[in-house]
Amino acid sequence: MSAQTLLTELSYFIASILFILGLRGLSHPDTARRGMFMAEFGMLLAVIGTLLHRDIVSYEWIIVGLLAGSTIGVAMGLWVPMTAMPQRTALSHAFGGLAAALVGVSEFLRHGEHLGTFKVTALGFEVLLGGITFTGSLVAFAKLQELLKGQPITYKGQNVLNFLLFASAVVIFIALVLNPGHTVFFYAMCALALLFGVLLVLPIGAADMPVVIALLNSYAGLASAATGFALGNNVLIIAGTLDGGSGFILSILMCKAMNRSITNVLFGAFGSASAAGPETGEEGVMREVSLEDVATQLAYARKVVFVPGYGMATAQAQNAVRELATHLESRGVEVKYGIHPVAGRMPGHMNVLLAEANVPYSQLYELEQINPEMPTTDVAVVIGANDVVNPEARDNPKSAIAGMPIIEVDRAKSVIVLKRGRGKGFSGLENPLFFKPVTGLLFGDAKTSLARLAAAVSEL
Amino acid sequence: MNEVLIAGLYVFVLAAFLGYQVISRVPPLLHTPLMSATNAISGISLIGSIVTAGAKYNTTSTILGVVAVTAATINVVGGFIITDRMLKMFRRETKSTRPGEAGKK
Repeated sequence: MSAQTLLTELSYFIASILFILGLRGLSHPDTARRGMFMAEFGMLLAVIGTLLHRDIVSYEWIIVGLLAGSTIGVAMGLWVPMTAMPQRTALSHAFGGLAAALVGVSEFLRHGEHLGTFKVTALGFEVLLGGITFTGSLVAFAKLQELLKGQPITYKGQNVLNFLLFASAVVIFIALVLNPGHTVFFYAMCALALLFGVLLVLPIGAADMPVVIALLNSYAGLASAATGFALGNNVLIIAGTLDGGSGFILSILMCKAMNRSITNVLFGAFGSASAAGPETGEEGVMREVSLEDVATQLAYARKVVFVPGYGMATAQAQNAVRELATHLESRGVEVKYGIHPVAGRMPGHMNVLLAEANVPYSQLYELEQINPEMPTTDVAVVIGANDVVNPEARDNPKSAIAGMPIIEVDRAKSVIVLKRGRGKGFSGLENPLFFKPVTGLLFGDAKTSLARLAAAVSEL
Repeated sequence: MNEVLIAGLYVFVLAAFLGYQVISRVPPLLHTPLMSATNAISGISLIGSIVTAGAKYNTTSTILGVVAVTAATINVVGGFIITDRMLKMFRRETKSTRPGEAGKK
């Protein structure tokens, strides 16, 4: 081993350790930033180590790529607003998949028929997963950015077609492993992977995006790990596996939080008209309340719990919530926030938005923590959330969302729902919460309502 | 089967177990930063791209390599910046913000 190779390998070894330590730092907000600095340092070491690689003969193109990537990366990093975090994440999964797939294609071009079975298998996984992640994430991005409509796009025979596509990709993959020289198999597989990525995500509704984003995260990581196998590089395997595992764990958590299986999310086209289950027929009148009433209730409450949903993000109401909470706290009201795991469009979405609005994380409570507190809560304020507070999930075993854990706001002494209009929520399900005697509805844009509430409370 | 494959499988399986342990301990509070952090870290495929872009194997390889370097660098640089931006916002207690100041940075 030459001194040069030794240095390169050493940098990879240290980087692997730093990545693991970095992720361990994320187990607590206080250590998280320090952990990330370690991971960043690890990345820097690995890149410097790679620049010493013996195969590299010219640097100009590397520098071009690094500069272009850094420019775009810094711009996105600094200017993407927190509300756009789901889109940004989807886009970065697309880049990750693309990078892995391109390296795979280039390796195949270079070695072609001289590849051994093992290397072809690794390259195959790399290109398949990379391709699916690339186009799938682009579709997810388009849905989140509302370039495509968020409702599931379905047609007859969709699942059959998807299955056939996937099966043929697998068959071609096996054929390629048996005959590594057949370039045409390789390109057919690339094309199928790209197409499959699009068709896989098209039928998935925007409300299921937390699962899909987590799953694509997992694929992007596994594509990197496959690159590691193809290049015989351990730091790639380790980092890719960590990413793949993290995405996988998150998608399982998200599915549990909706009481659904991954298969159901991927192939169930939830949120389309056909998926709407039988309803209890619990119709009734919505009790509309006036702003002044709500302000008085809040101002004289002992404990108020805010339950945000995706509607808070679309209305950009997080700062207005914080403003209202500050006024309440200055009057001695105890304020907490109940965060459902799938509220929003990606895991942890609500926490980030509220943290941005200066809400300390000690006030952010998880589902299991906040539910026992509901009976002692004077006012629960639901902001743009619907399914995550729908009592049907608990009470009606026939409901489409039966068994999904919910934040039980209906156990609070009083519930205020901020809602744009009288329509149903995203999933198209009726929500009996709105008709309960304990519930009052305050119609209007959440941000405006909250700002006016804050003003009203401060004048009381 | 060869030694590289077997060594690789060992690394893969051990990393998977370790990853499970480490990531299960991340609280839901930090799931969004977790996702952008792992995304930045898996931008490590950058090092594969760098070799492809700089090795002058052939023109196609170089072009693919440059695009891959760009894509991976966006993830690494953008991912770490965004993760840090998010983590900076998580605070245990309220600073002495007065009403009207909330949310301003």
